[in-house]
Amino acid sequence: MAKQSPTADPILQVQNLSRVFDVSPPWLNRVIEGQPRQLLKAVDGIDFSVKSGETFSLVGESGCGKSTVARLVVGLYGPSTGQIIFEGDDIGGLSRREMAPIRRRIQMIFQDPYASLNPRWRVKDIIAEPIRAFHLAHGGAAITARVTELLEQVKLTADDGQKYPHEFSGGQRQRISIARALASEPDFLVCDEPTSALDVSVQAQILNLMKNLQRELGLTYLFISHNLAVVYYISDRLAVMYLGRLVEVGPARDIFKNPQHPYTRMLLDTIPDLEMSGRERLPVAGEVPNPINPPSGCSFHPRCPFANARCRSEAPQPRMVGSTAIACHGVEENRIIEAAPVANGR
Amino acid sequence: MALLEVDQLRVEFLTRNGTLTAVDDVSLKIEEGEVLGVVGESGAGKSMTGNAIIGLLEPPGRIAGGEIRLDGQRIDNLPYEKMRKIRGAEIGAIFQDPLTSLNPLYSVGQQLVETIRTHSDVGLAAARSRALELLNEVGIPAASQRIDHFPHQFSGGMRQRVVIALALSANPRLIIADEPTTALDVSIQAQIIALLKRLCRDHGTAVMLVTHDMGVIAETADRVAVMYAGRIAEIGPVADVIKHAKHPYTDGLMGSIPVVGQQTERLAQIEGAMPRLTAIPDGCAFNPRCPKAFDKCRQTRPDPIASGAGEVACWLIEQEAHHG
Ligand SMILES: Nc1ncnc2c1ncn2[C@@H]1O[C@H](COP(=O)(O)OP(=O)(O)OP(=O)(O)O)[C@@H](O)[C@H]1O
Ligand SMILES: Nc1ncnc2c1ncn2[C@@H]1O[C@H](COP(=O)(O)OP(=O)(O)O)[C@@H](O)[C@H]1O
Ligand code: SF4
Ligand code: SF4
Ligand SMILES: [Mg+2]
Ligand SMILES: [Mg+2]
Repeated sequence: MAKQSPTADPILQVQNLSRVFDVSPPWLNRVIEGQPRQLLKAVDGIDFSVKSGETFSLVGESGCGKSTVARLVVGLYGPSTGQIIFEGDDIGGLSRREMAPIRRRIQMIFQDPYASLNPRWRVKDIIAEPIRAFHLAHGGAAITARVTELLEQVKLTADDGQKYPHEFSGGQRQRISIARALASEPDFLVCDEPTSALDVSVQAQILNLMKNLQRELGLTYLFISHNLAVVYYISDRLAVMYLGRLVEVGPARDIFKNPQHPYTRMLLDTIPDLEMSGRERLPVAGEVPNPINPPSGCSFHPRCPFANARCRSEAPQPRMVGSTAIACHGVEENRIIEAAPVANGR
Repeated sequence: MALLEVDQLRVEFLTRNGTLTAVDDVSLKIEEGEVLGVVGESGAGKSMTGNAIIGLLEPPGRIAGGEIRLDGQRIDNLPYEKMRKIRGAEIGAIFQDPLTSLNPLYSVGQQLVETIRTHSDVGLAAARSRALELLNEVGIPAASQRIDHFPHQFSGGMRQRVVIALALSANPRLIIADEPTTALDVSIQAQIIALLKRLCRDHGTAVMLVTHDMGVIAETADRVAVMYAGRIAEIGPVADVIKHAKHPYTDGLMGSIPVVGQQTERLAQIEGAMPRLTAIPDGCAFNPRCPKAFDKCRQTRPDPIASGAGEVACWLIEQEAHHG
């Protein structure tokens, strides 16, 4: 596998993707108490594309739909509408069997490494499983050699393969789950909060490892985190998500330097200030509204200082402003007051 | 005299594999109206220090040495009932998961009223209006409507604010907050931090803020204690510790944090991991990971010594003091 830098080809294209969950009360309650059917739009018609070899990140407050997007992309959920196009093929509607060869190429890393590792298996068997399942090496010796190579790639040793997951620390377990994901020789890794459960010092080790592996193996990452400093460090491009929709998508540096959507600005303003410039964080107005009953028009309008009548009735569509796609009437109408750049001097 | 004085605190666990020392000779002080941040990797002993202060160490954990004084009075050796009273009235506690501090079967108002009435002799109506006042103070919108709702009807951030209201209900002089914002979104985290700061300012409440989030510490704390393997590595004014760390561990920790606006190809990284309690190295516990370790570090344990406005437990500081 050759070194690769981000190219113009999208490896993944997501078009008009939605996922609706039925969260209705049980049928009997609906009939007896006359309660209506309730649908929750966790992901509501989003578009984005990820270029080969880059890190594309999703950020947003809890419950905005990040993990749902991750699960749609790896095929753990089926889409309610829209397409997920991986190297030209729509994989959203594929059956399990048709999906298998593509599944190998898209792997996922979770927040809680412990929950995603079988506690009764030795680490070497956990890592060997995808190698056997996808017939990536033949014969015991070849498989053992490959497992050792993978363990060393994530800075563990062949001896660690003999142990069980509970014998490792959180950071080491995350290394094991990375080794297992790499075992199927994927091109695309979906990483859902991979370092959120880890201490900062361990987080630095894992982030450095992920960057090295990306360079060595030419991996593409879809990276999810609510830690904006981590996202700043790791991302090439960035999508800001609010209540199931993308409000701002573009190069990470540009968005951090010059956030334009009022929600992005609010989010960036909540970053704790390590430089101790004495800046007070603006207390954020309100909280994420209920996704079962999202506000009309722009769903951010109850918290937005720039909301007007149009915002309350008409949902804004994304439009390009420079390098960035922004869904906001205020930006379109040029009524968002300039704010100080975020990424400098803080 | 500081409001809280912890002197050479030692917390041990008796296990099958012998006695483990989770907190080892920890000394610290908190003044009225001051926020002391306590940071360090998981397992460093932050929560055990906090739990020892509020008298909530679970067996087999026990205080094996040292003293804890509130206003000069020892509180580490009080009988359970006496300590329980102090815990409500003088020391409030806030934990990471707000749900563990709230009873799902009672409305938020009932829980507040009940707590208020255990600690002061007031009637139902007065307690309820005090409860409402507290909910307003911690920023629950439409508090008069929300007061009769149950915990599960609140969002995570609102629940944590309710827990803070509960901790405040008896006007405590000290609050021990153990990872109060770790489970919350950054946007809500900012609200909770602003709230804690305002309380210190307005009521002179002292706060011990345990967290592994340096950003939160930088914004909130007056002084900060950095813990490593059960001991304090460095303690001092927050600006000194964060911007001019003296202990190699603090220095490594600060370097490993990504910062928005600082483009870095690679984060600084402390190799290895914190030792388990069963395998604390001789000498300085940090020596196997320390890029500056020398012979003495592997043999003798450094104790905290004064350095600038703070204290640092590292042989390098001792050397500096001697040579310069
Ligand atoms: N299987 C499901 N059934 C019903 N609702 C669901 C399901 N999965 C997710 N949801 C809902 O969809 C919305 C988005 O959830 P999701 O897990 O994608 O959020 P998230 O952005 O990953 O949040 P967090 O940062 O807390 O992980 C939430 O309102 C959630 O309750
Ligand atoms: N019941 C117990 N038995 C043995 N060791 C324990 C027990 N509870 C905690 N410890 C140990 O005490 C040390 C300090 O724990 P703690 O104070 O919770 O750390 P933290 O800094 O993450 O809050 C850890 O090494 C932990 O494993
Ligand atoms: S569309 Fe209107 S309400 Fe929504 S973010 Fe833009 S200005 Fe605010
Ligand atoms: S005492 Fe030695 S090993 Fe410990 S932190 Fe100082 S220099 Fe490093
Ligand atoms: Mg999630
Ligand atoms: Mg703890």
